[in-house]
Amino acid sequence: MLKLEKRPQPSQAWVYLAPLVAVIATMIAGGALFAALGKDPLVAIRTIFWDPLFSEFAFYYRPQLLVKGAPLVLIAIGLSLGFRAGIWNIGAEGQYIVGALTGAGVGLAFYPLEGWFVFPLMVMAGALGGWAWAMIPAVLKVKFGTNEILVSLMLVYVAEQLLASMSLGLMKNPQGFGFPGSRNLQQYPSAHNAELIAGSGMHSGVVAALIAVIFAYVLLTRHILGFHIRLTGEAPRAARFAGVNPGRLVLICLGLAGAMAGLAGMFEVSGPAGRVSIDFNVGYGFTAIIMAFLGRLHPLGILLAGLLMALTYIGGEIAQSRLGLPAAAIQMFQGMLLFFLLAVDLMTNYRLRLTQREVA
Amino acid sequence: MDLSSINPVLLLASLMVAATPLLLAAVGELVVEKAGVLNLGVEGMMITGAICGFAIAVNTGNPLLGVAAAAGGGATLALLFALLTQLALANQVASGLGLTLFGLGLSALIGQGYQGIRPPSFPRLNIPGLSDMPVLGRILFSHDLMVYFGLIIVTAVWFMLKYTRAGLILRAVGENHEAAHALGYKVKRIRIMAIMFGGACAGMGGAYISLIRVPQWTEGMTAGIGWIALALVVFASWKPWRVLLGAYLFGGVTVIQLNLQAAGVAIPVEYLAMSPYLITILVLVIMSADKSRAPASLGRVFHASR
Repeated sequence: MLKLEKRPQPSQAWVYLAPLVAVIATMIAGGALFAALGKDPLVAIRTIFWDPLFSEFAFYYRPQLLVKGAPLVLIAIGLSLGFRAGIWNIGAEGQYIVGALTGAGVGLAFYPLEGWFVFPLMVMAGALGGWAWAMIPAVLKVKFGTNEILVSLMLVYVAEQLLASMSLGLMKNPQGFGFPGSRNLQQYPSAHNAELIAGSGMHSGVVAALIAVIFAYVLLTRHILGFHIRLTGEAPRAARFAGVNPGRLVLICLGLAGAMAGLAGMFEVSGPAGRVSIDFNVGYGFTAIIMAFLGRLHPLGILLAGLLMALTYIGGEIAQSRLGLPAAAIQMFQGMLLFFLLAVDLMTNYRLRLTQREVA
Repeated sequence: MDLSSINPVLLLASLMVAATPLLLAAVGELVVEKAGVLNLGVEGMMITGAICGFAIAVNTGNPLLGVAAAAGGGATLALLFALLTQLALANQVASGLGLTLFGLGLSALIGQGYQGIRPPSFPRLNIPGLSDMPVLGRILFSHDLMVYFGLIIVTAVWFMLKYTRAGLILRAVGENHEAAHALGYKVKRIRIMAIMFGGACAGMGGAYISLIRVPQWTEGMTAGIGWIALALVVFASWKPWRVLLGAYLFGGVTVIQLNLQAAGVAIPVEYLAMSPYLITILVLVIMSADKSRAPASLGRVFHASR
């Protein structure tokens, strides 16, 4: 009879193998799903994972990889710091929205003034907005012991309403013929988060995401704060004896995550999206949660996971237009990926042993 | 603004309707958490239940079959969570989040082609005499059957947890799974059953929204009610009758906010629509001072090493 036995130490091999196994399992299960929907599974898988990179139109899709990947990586890096310490901020979507609103708000306030200082101010406002939104669950947790999972999530719905209110009211384009949505920041050079190299998809947000990866790597491996984060996650009791202040850690982790999500939102609204509109957010904040786990909460892993998730987004769009695959299929695909990853992760901490049947 | 257009009798009657999906989902989650499992996938199970119930009700023309299908759909999704957390020993928080994301995607996928359809209407309670009473009849005795079903489930859960042996075992598993295991109770089996019950309840709560409350199908229509249900369990300090109280409180907030929107109060619609979420946060802050009522093994992974 098979029996699970706890490993004395997590298996290093499985730590790296688990995401790969999960991705392959998801492809197989996804293929079965597409077959059930009446699509050719091989064509669907190829459309999603292969065509964006290597088909004849790939020159158009490859830059999208950076455009979609950057906000995801930025958000997921921030989340992973908290997740490592057992602090569950799942409201990144809300922080992303608020960061976009504050960032765009500053930009719109300066319109039509041209100046080099507008964009840096917007960046600061975006980070500050996301940070402030994340401070709500953080302060409530530290002061009152309120569950940060529920509060941060509730604030997503509040942020969505705020977004609707802004795009219909305060930030509505006065020259927009009454249509909802703000002015297009792409047509306001000082506020436009333009591509740094034309046609490459490389905008300031991509640079920020790469800096965030390096920052998180250095923080976790070289800095005492990173050590405290890891210690709190792996051995909370030991962390308490070592004098780690849990409240301070909550404030820092949630604050960093919020600021990064806010930055992501700001770069998105001033660049690829261009304007504040009711359907501005597309669930990056939730996809980033999956990514953080898929990347093993490690900055470099998250970078790779970000590229994969960006690929599924782009491939999903292609599959939508070419195969008539519903947009929701990709969302389900991503959920499935997390399931398989969590299931396969069993092998990291446990091993299977063949044993004699014992008396129950 | 015309507040006189708000009819208090209709307000109270619609309060019971607005509270029912919350009540069903929250009481299911209460049982799950009493067994020591934190399932954050309520929203996903609700929305899956909503579309399963809707699809079956539309295709068969029988709303009761739809509710049964919703319970089945929710329980199936919950089983997935149970397999992950109980057999694969995965992190419950991550698995629950995954379940929600998966459920939202799955429901949108199934729901294609069901938009803009009206489901068959639900049978209403009609007791001659009682239902015709001037005020009380309208508030208490003329709802659809699910409202009463929700109340019955809450009562049953309360009775089971407090007075039966099965309830005692369930609570033992949730308080100290090591001890329960040592006494010979099948911790995993009990937890899997509790999780599936929670899923079935959440599914029915979802179906209530898509079949009765709205009644039509739109993507993501549960709009965070699953998460509010989770908050409600904390609010209720894991006591069934307080879940009932809380559900009516939140139902009341929702209904009043909708009525104020309709009455054209000077507050913008978006800010009124925020209010249920903001009040949930407020209530969480007030209630989280007392954590002593939480089941002691809540969210902890159980693996019988001996």
